[in-house]
Amino acid sequence: MNGFDYLSGVTTLELDVGLCNGCRMCLNVCPHQVFAMHDKQAAIVALDKCMECGACALNCAEGAIKVDSGVGCAAGLIYEWWRTVRPFKGSNKPSSCC
Amino acid sequence: MGRVPAITTTLTAADRFGAWKARWGIGRLQYAVPPGLYAIGSPNPESPVVVTANYKMSYDLVRKHLDGRDVWLLVLETEGINVWCAAGKGTFGTAELVNRIRMTGLSSFVTHRRLLLPLLGAAGVAAHHVESATGFKVRFAAIRAQDLGTYLDNGQRTTEAMRQLTFTAAERLVLTPVEIVHGMGINAWLLPPLFLVGAFGHGSFSAVGGMWAVVAYLGAFLAGALLTPLFLPWLPTRSFAIKGGILGMMWAAVLHAIAGTDWSVADMLAAGLVLPSVAAFVALNFTGSTPFTSRSGVKKEMRLSLPAIGIACAAGLVVWITDFILRVGAAL
Repeated sequence: MNGFDYLSGVTTLELDVGLCNGCRMCLNVCPHQVFAMHDKQAAIVALDKCMECGACALNCAEGAIKVDSGVGCAAGLIYEWWRTVRPFKGSNKPSSCC
Repeated sequence: MGRVPAITTTLTAADRFGAWKARWGIGRLQYAVPPGLYAIGSPNPESPVVVTANYKMSYDLVRKHLDGRDVWLLVLETEGINVWCAAGKGTFGTAELVNRIRMTGLSSFVTHRRLLLPLLGAAGVAAHHVESATGFKVRFAAIRAQDLGTYLDNGQRTTEAMRQLTFTAAERLVLTPVEIVHGMGINAWLLPPLFLVGAFGHGSFSAVGGMWAVVAYLGAFLAGALLTPLFLPWLPTRSFAIKGGILGMMWAAVLHAIAGTDWSVADMLAAGLVLPSVAAFVALNFTGSTPFTSRSGVKKEMRLSLPAIGIACAAGLVVWITDFILRVGAAL
């Protein structure tokens, strides 16, 4: 995605090349072209483009990819934090993101 | 083999009005169609199966771009949420897809075993699990529904462009009304006290003074909710809070130029601290609407910027309200 970059050096994406079977699924599902093939195996070529959506890890049948994915909006994170600190934990409304 | 509802590919004025209302947050969470299997054109057992969410705007967009084709449309129960957000929540997910394939009896309608999914649904659907559970192979076809036609015409091949996200000015702008509408829900609580402090700011009541306080705040809010998204790629730094803060600072300068002839030092300090922090906070919230911010990135930015925003905003309010109390006291 040209023209848009978010903070660098923060993503939790990890690829264990030793487990990769070269199926290319991570290349197929990544909307930011984070992966490329090197010697019939996947490699991370644009780490800072990762938005931690989790599509690659979920679709890696070999379990070679790990990423801490989840709600990535400020309102959602404030809500998550609020749920951990508020005194009354009765209702369980989903976050207001979307 | 049961019966399947046939649907049209032409959007009516009611569909367009419904989409417009959803963009403005009116009934957005109830804007849904029943999940299930639908027929577009006259599909046969060889026809492709396209999968989408039951948010009516998603469903409308997909059927519109399948005009003139014979296709099965499998609509998942995502509780009226779009594909991308529902995939993140897991409702556009493996379990729902497997369940919907079984409930609709899809395998009795088609002889092939291929499903075409939106690429952004991959965050919720594990293709290999769907295949082992149902025998259906998942293909993540394209990000945008508008590419479905080309995808089907060129032998179901995904080009690089179909896999690349975009975030054009039009794509950013269309997301702003709902941010503004949601923000106004909070603003409704802030504006009356702002008006009162502004109105009494010069010792005696002045409706014009109150109005300027409201205008100052709403300007800062719009700097974050409308102008930051619009000018996003051209604003300096990668931090949404700083982008918004810069526009908030510019708004404070504009306000001073058009209405600040009688501003005290306290007024200037208050405007220079509160308006940028309001714009920065609202801009930070737009991270949730973009397709390129990461959870870890947003966490880091919040950790760095929220204390700064809070301190600046509190300091500005203390200056403004202290000045207000001193002036009211002096007038008595």
